[in-house]
Amino acid sequence: MAATVDTVDTVHAVTAQKYKYGFFTDIEVETAPKGLDEDTIRFISAKKGEPAWLLEWRLKAFRHWQGMVEPSWAKVAYDPIDYQDIHYYAAPKTKARPKSLDEVDPELLRTYEKLGIPLREQELLAGVEPTVAVDAVFDSVSVATTFKAKLEEYGVIFCSISEAVEKHPELVRKYLGSVVPYSDNYFATLNSAVFTDGSFVYVPKGVRCPMELSTYFRINAQNTGQFERTLIIADPGSYVSYLEGCTAPQRDENQLHAAVVELIAHDDAQIKYSTVQNWYPGDENGVGGIYNFVTKRGACRGRNSKISWTQVETGSAITWKYPSCILQGDGSVGEFYSVAITNNCQQADTGTKMIHIGRNTRSTIVSKGISAGRSQNTYRGLVRIQPGAEGARNYTQCDSLLIGDRCGAHTVPYIESRNRTARVEHEATTAKISEDQLFYCRQRGLGQEDAVSLIVNGFCKQVLQELPMEFAVEAQKLVGISLEGSVG
Amino acid sequence: MLEIKTLHASVDGKDILAGVDLTIGAGEVHAIMGPNGSGKSTLAHILAGRDGYEVTGGSVTFAGQDLLALEPEERAAAGLFLAFQYPVEIPGVSNSTFLKTALNAVRRQRGEPELDAMEFLKLIRARTRRLEMSDDMLRRAVNVGFSGGEKKRNEVLQMALLEPKLAVLDETDSGLDIDALKIVADGVNALRGPDHAFLVITHYQRLLTHIVPDHVHVLVRGRIVRSGGKELADELERNGYAEFGYDEAA
Repeated sequence: MAATVDTVDTVHAVTAQKYKYGFFTDIEVETAPKGLDEDTIRFISAKKGEPAWLLEWRLKAFRHWQGMVEPSWAKVAYDPIDYQDIHYYAAPKTKARPKSLDEVDPELLRTYEKLGIPLREQELLAGVEPTVAVDAVFDSVSVATTFKAKLEEYGVIFCSISEAVEKHPELVRKYLGSVVPYSDNYFATLNSAVFTDGSFVYVPKGVRCPMELSTYFRINAQNTGQFERTLIIADPGSYVSYLEGCTAPQRDENQLHAAVVELIAHDDAQIKYSTVQNWYPGDENGVGGIYNFVTKRGACRGRNSKISWTQVETGSAITWKYPSCILQGDGSVGEFYSVAITNNCQQADTGTKMIHIGRNTRSTIVSKGISAGRSQNTYRGLVRIQPGAEGARNYTQCDSLLIGDRCGAHTVPYIESRNRTARVEHEATTAKISEDQLFYCRQRGLGQEDAVSLIVNGFCKQVLQELPMEFAVEAQKLVGISLEGSVG
Repeated sequence: MLEIKTLHASVDGKDILAGVDLTIGAGEVHAIMGPNGSGKSTLAHILAGRDGYEVTGGSVTFAGQDLLALEPEERAAAGLFLAFQYPVEIPGVSNSTFLKTALNAVRRQRGEPELDAMEFLKLIRARTRRLEMSDDMLRRAVNVGFSGGEKKRNEVLQMALLEPKLAVLDETDSGLDIDALKIVADGVNALRGPDHAFLVITHYQRLLTHIVPDHVHVLVRGRIVRSGGKELADELERNGYAEFGYDEAA
């Protein structure tokens, strides 16, 4: 028996077969009728009691979207999506917005408990400083946000974007669509028309956000798309670390997830944005799974500002995602650290864009792709140096690891430099897990699965160590690995 | 403790082992010497359970178990250790993590409690001191950027940690200068005792002046053609393998 076959089985076991979050919560939901037209958008807007300007913005996006064509340049293949066969709104039936966790449907609380997401503040031990605040988005709406009061003491606003529209309209109006305009691309434009909820973060001048902020996305209802919108604003000199996680029930049909994330960092501000993406990936034959078409972009508006993306992508049938940085401010810094694991029939086309506009801007890209089964894993990245980006620097490293002989790894870097003082470096490697490595580990007593985990963990180390400590464990478990670096 | 009976094996249809018989008692040190291509490393790999070899006849019993029926990791847990001729690099995995993972994997299989970080640290520090290894080598990725001598010392460190019933040393002396050779030999000699047997595979007699064997066997064309005491090694050093139909210069 060839070790590679074994390895494929092992990775298989680590991902699809052991998808632990595939359960469905039986809860009464209110949905919009299937299909998408202006009435759907008015329905969503009315449900949320939105101001007229936002409805107008949505409708403008929708009209624009109708004239757009779905992009086809990515290395992913899927049957056409029927946009009229999707519910664009699904929300658990509850009273208005719950004032406290006591008013949240216990069934929902149990769901998050099952997912390992703490939603009950009071369950923390007395005297222990909370380290993570959570916003829980269930289908189309945010159902709870923890530690809001504590964060308010620091002037930090952390709430659902619906609540932000209501309570902080001036901030939302100023920044919404300022990084990803409503006309940006097919999926972002669709999102602008129909987004239902998401998280909003505002960190005032000079404040270091005292907790990790986290949003946990859950798609539950059937035939429903999730279109969330996240907006994070870091005022001058502030710092925030934010993490999103996502899971969905195991279903035979594909579900669409088209999110937009916008980040704004002013002078000397830093935003660290981490993702542990574990949407249902479909079964071993490629049946079911989430279509994850996401637009994430951060603007380093201010001098010496910094935006850092870290992503661990293990789920979804299709991932189409390029978290990017627009480096406007002089001396601003963009970072992208990525681990993308694909198995079975999964397809991932992911990477980043670093747009250097300001002087002495710097960017770092570290991408680790691991492909197994019959999956296809593509890194696609753009580094653009604008004429005014005097002294700009970029370093890119793309490593691919292949497991078995039926998968593919592809690296597609685009480099455009319009300034002679800029320095751009690109390194790429492709390797296979070797039988020598596996046998060496097994001779020392490690089972096949542990051996693969250890080797893959080592391969991803550079990226995993960028995750906030609170979430590193979840990510490591996801990659199926033992704790690295606990000694020595 | 180890009993090999008329072991036949082939690679890609080509016979490499042609009926090997060998018995090693607990705590004994045996050396297998032989010219290149005689099947020495094949024997080591078959004992450890490497893929790619077909056993076409014979049996191997280890500590009362049918060794050939076990997975490589089960053999490790049963107390069989192979010191590799070419230790493998594992980028990104620190040596200490690798050692701790291996030790606890073996302990788990043996039904022993796993060591926590502090207990492990204490144990590993004691072992590295004995092998004159720096702590720095524990922090570096497994065998990555290690010199030839460091790699072999690392093999001996793993052996000292896992305390096997039988350690198979596959040409551990190749590529070592005399200082490194002595450190490796000291590591082996320190572990020598009634519970720890060794099978030392080597081309040269050199290592056997530092690790003095109880028995020496000559393997030629897949068969043990002669066995004797440690003086047999000296004889081979003087006369080479010519008397067995091998011309070293060829």
